[in-house]
Amino acid sequence: MVGRKTMELWVGLFVAAGILALAMLAFKVGNLTTVDVVDGYRVTARFDNVGGLKVKAAVTMAGVRIGRVTGISFDDKTYQAQVTMDIDGRYKNIPKDSSANILTSGLLGDQYIGIEPGGEETYLKDGDTIIRTQSALVLEQLIGQVLFNKSTESQPPAK
Amino acid sequence: MNTLRVLGGIVINSVERLGRASLFLYEVLLGSWGLIRRFTLVVQQVYAVGVLTLLIILVSGLFVGMVLGLQGYNTLVKFGSANSLGLLVALSLVRELGPVVTALLFAGRAGSALTAEIGLMKATEQIAGMEMMAVNPIQRIVAPRFLGGVIAMPLLAALFSAIGVLGGHLVGVGLLGVDAGAFWSQMQNGVDFRDDIMNGVIKSVVFGVVCTGIAVFEGYDAVPTSEGVASATNRTVVYSSLAVLGLDFILTALTLGEV
Repeated sequence: MVGRKTMELWVGLFVAAGILALAMLAFKVGNLTTVDVVDGYRVTARFDNVGGLKVKAAVTMAGVRIGRVTGISFDDKTYQAQVTMDIDGRYKNIPKDSSANILTSGLLGDQYIGIEPGGEETYLKDGDTIIRTQSALVLEQLIGQVLFNKSTESQPPAK
Repeated sequence: MNTLRVLGGIVINSVERLGRASLFLYEVLLGSWGLIRRFTLVVQQVYAVGVLTLLIILVSGLFVGMVLGLQGYNTLVKFGSANSLGLLVALSLVRELGPVVTALLFAGRAGSALTAEIGLMKATEQIAGMEMMAVNPIQRIVAPRFLGGVIAMPLLAALFSAIGVLGGHLVGVGLLGVDAGAFWSQMQNGVDFRDDIMNGVIKSVVFGVVCTGIAVFEGYDAVPTSEGVASATNRTVVYSSLAVLGLDFILTALTLGEV
């Protein structure tokens, strides 16, 4: 049996190392530093098609993450998807007529919302709706369109 | 007819044991409350259960991380996404392998020792002696061991995951030439604090309660002979491992919310 002092020292070292490991996991491995939206405000946008957009997807402006998607629901009156997102409270000066586009990171990556600034002097605030939206690019529709164009092109013009 | 009777006997026995275990756990929790004033008892057990398990946890964590790095690299490189190696290693360690492998090693290294210790105390009538002296053996013997295990397990799991990530880094970046920046940045992008890391911590706390709970109960409930202690130790390892693997599935299903 070891002496009491050494034992306490070891236990102290063990607990400190454990907490250090947890801190390393949180800050170095995880993204604790960037994940949270600080006292954000909520805006909504309606899209004709959200494609593969998921809750928690990033909301970006100029490629920088400024918020995240908090909810996606279907509105059966307009047949549109209603997307709510939280935007970080640090970014208050987003013009009201900004447009929200659903973009894809890389060819097969996750979908996210990119906001293009408009020119108005009034700014988005809590509960506002972004009017100008652009739906997700659905690859299958795109391919269908290309094929359709090809097939109409190759036919001899009707007289 | 006889088989039916045997079946009934088995069921009654196991239900009875389960009831005894629940009552026992309740008493242990009550006993733990009084330990705040005598924390040295718990510190002693954290040493016996945690510090002495450290070596096996660190070594296996390092090697599990290194193997994950190697295996993951060979699979990912086929899809041209070797840069995601950090993400793969970190997610598998933090969410699954860290808590589970730690709990399995813990059951083998510390749980069996706890059972044997308490069982032998019972066999040599130390526990009966304590009761004679009006010392509550559950509070004096069992509760500190239980608390020590519950404290040690999450710390051990965190150390396992952390050193595993370092092991993955060692192999991936040092040996296989994955870009260090991509390794860490992909990891940080993909690992969420609440969803992944806290999930792992919750798992390891649950495993800590279950493993040490089973270990101290089996010891306290052992038949006080050398054979009884031996089979109790055996049961501790088997039941803990089964419980950990079963609970792991349930906890994963609950937290992923897809089942």
